[in-house]
Amino acid sequence: MNAANYLYLSALLFTIGAVGVVVRRNAIVVFMCVELMLNAANLSFVTFSRINGDLNGQVIAFFTMVVAACEVVVGLAIIVTIYRSRRSASVDDASLLKR
Amino acid sequence: MMTSTSLVYLIALPLAGAAILLLAGRHSDKWGHLLATGLSGSSFLVGLYQLSLMLGRSNGQRPITQKLFEWISVGSFNIDAGLMLDQLSICFVLLITGVGTLIHIYSISYMSHDPDRRRFFAFLNLFIAAMLLLVLGNSYLNLYVGWEGVGLASYLLIGFWNQKPAYATASKKAFVMNRIGDMGLSFAIMIAFATMGTVSFSGVKEAAGHTSTAALTGIGIMLLVAATGKSAQFPLQAWLGDAMAGPTPVSALIHAATMVTAGVYLITRSNFIFDAAPTAQLLVVIVGAITLMFGALIGTAKDDIKKALAASTMSQIGYMILGAGLGPVGYAFAIMHLLTHGFFKAGMFLGAGSVMHGMNDEVNMRKYGALRKFMPITFATFGLGYLAILGVPPFAGFYSKDMIIETAFNSGGSKGVILGCVTLLGAGITAFYMTRVMILTFTGKSRWDDQAHPHESPWLMWLPMAILAIGSVTSGYLLSHGDALVNWLSPLFESHGEHAELLSPVVVSGLALVMVAVGVAIAFLKYSRNEVAAVAPDDVSIFTRVARQDLMQDRFNEAVFMRPGQVLTDVLVKSDEAVIDGAVRGVGRLALGSGSSLRGIQTGFVRSYAALILIGAVVLVAAIWVVTQ
Repeated sequence: MNAANYLYLSALLFTIGAVGVVVRRNAIVVFMCVELMLNAANLSFVTFSRINGDLNGQVIAFFTMVVAACEVVVGLAIIVTIYRSRRSASVDDASLLKR
Repeated sequence: MMTSTSLVYLIALPLAGAAILLLAGRHSDKWGHLLATGLSGSSFLVGLYQLSLMLGRSNGQRPITQKLFEWISVGSFNIDAGLMLDQLSICFVLLITGVGTLIHIYSISYMSHDPDRRRFFAFLNLFIAAMLLLVLGNSYLNLYVGWEGVGLASYLLIGFWNQKPAYATASKKAFVMNRIGDMGLSFAIMIAFATMGTVSFSGVKEAAGHTSTAALTGIGIMLLVAATGKSAQFPLQAWLGDAMAGPTPVSALIHAATMVTAGVYLITRSNFIFDAAPTAQLLVVIVGAITLMFGALIGTAKDDIKKALAASTMSQIGYMILGAGLGPVGYAFAIMHLLTHGFFKAGMFLGAGSVMHGMNDEVNMRKYGALRKFMPITFATFGLGYLAILGVPPFAGFYSKDMIIETAFNSGGSKGVILGCVTLLGAGITAFYMTRVMILTFTGKSRWDDQAHPHESPWLMWLPMAILAIGSVTSGYLLSHGDALVNWLSPLFESHGEHAELLSPVVVSGLALVMVAVGVAIAFLKYSRNEVAAVAPDDVSIFTRVARQDLMQDRFNEAVFMRPGQVLTDVLVKSDEAVIDGAVRGVGRLALGSGSSLRGIQTGFVRSYAALILIGAVVLVAAIWVVTQ
């Protein structure tokens, strides 16, 4: 099977994620879209690893997963705290730094 | 050169006096003046002791030095704070401390009613210490410290009664004009350091032999500028008349006998430079000649007794500067005139102070008259000083001034004739204005104010006057007897060949006496036979009017230096505000403006930030893609 197809899929997933981040207001959905972008990148890494015939891309994908896991911990904590204090999970409501 | 450990006491004693009086404050009001007088007197005794030691040594061994401490040590450049006492400095040391002590004694009585008498004595002691440092320093840099010190003391003492705004202004004027001269001295030191690498007197003397004439001329001219500032010589003479705002003892000590002669000392001390730089030497002579006429002409028109004497001082120092500019033949005579002048001019100033003391501080001579009967001692001492300044034999001025006139005549060529005539004419005018002072003050009918009750001054005041009068009578003979002073100073100066003798001493003395007699006669005709108006008459010639305004010196300075200077500062202030401040404020405004306009981007919405990041990333990728294609 042609390796380039995986790259097309990766680009498609990344685009869906990016659009989701920009257009959705719910913080949880935005968060999942970010995860989608990260995993699109992971897919690219693994595909390049396959194309080049070495393991560098695979290793970086593991790193990305670790970082994503950390990010989920911190990000979910922030979202839950904001929800508790403001009773809302909308990212547009959290614009206090502007004022 | 021999070293000594006791030179420092000359300076330390009066300096300690100044420090104690200033630091102890009002606690020392009761005894401060006695301490100051005692310390000044003990400094004089140290000077006498040094003189006796010096007399006991052979000619070549006479100069002694003392290293105080290492002052500046940078690489190969070393300057010690050091003192040097030689045949020239000892003359000054004795003059400064001797006359200084007499004036301290005089001031005890003269200033007895002043609530700030202690401060006055502290400043007097400070002056003595600074002046001694000036004449004892062994390098131009050490001299410079003393030079600035006397400037400071002079400023403090001229403005001693600074509660009067005019007096405060006078002290500021003296200080500012002196600064111009001080800059000359610092330039001279810089040129000497740049070309010779040394600033000590001995080092410069050695190096002068193999230094270019241009550099020596530059140093000489800068030293002359310094001398004109401190010695009130043309063109920096205008401060001396106003300096009479200080108490009269100050005028006697600082602005007649000692500080204003510092310029003569500087030129005489730097003889090795001027001897090797004929252009600078010629300028010295010209400055001296102009000033001696300038001062004499101002003196003829002044009604203020102290200002008349100040003009006379200016003129007499002109004689000294002229003498010092005549080269090796003239140095000793300049110093001799300086010493005799120190006696008779200090004596006359103290006499003027005594008259003012008896006349409710009136200084206008037109309000005096007939004081001879009421102040016999003042009249006698002032009269002896008067005879001395006129150059009547056998009084002091006869020896010293005639020597300068004779040297001027014999300096060769048309220069000699011109200088001789100027000095002769100056002697005649001196006789005129001094006779005028005598007549207006002591003879004729009284023109006093109603409240005036003239009386003789207490003994504390007339004793110093009497001692100075004795000096005015005898000093000339003593100093010139057997060429005493000339021989004493000769090791310091280059030996000189015989000059063509244009006029013999007898002829010169005769001519000078004729001029003096003419001057005296004109003064008698003008002021003794006619009634003297109590108010200065207005219907006078243009010359008198100009002379009354100090020959327009202030107007000239104002028009040529002050106003353009003010315009310049105005322009600089404006350009500072517009350009420099404008640039600084502009940067601030730019930052503020760009900040407030960029603030609009910060919406506070996470999604718009994310969109911007996304757009940025896309643009970046696109740019890379375009470039690498």
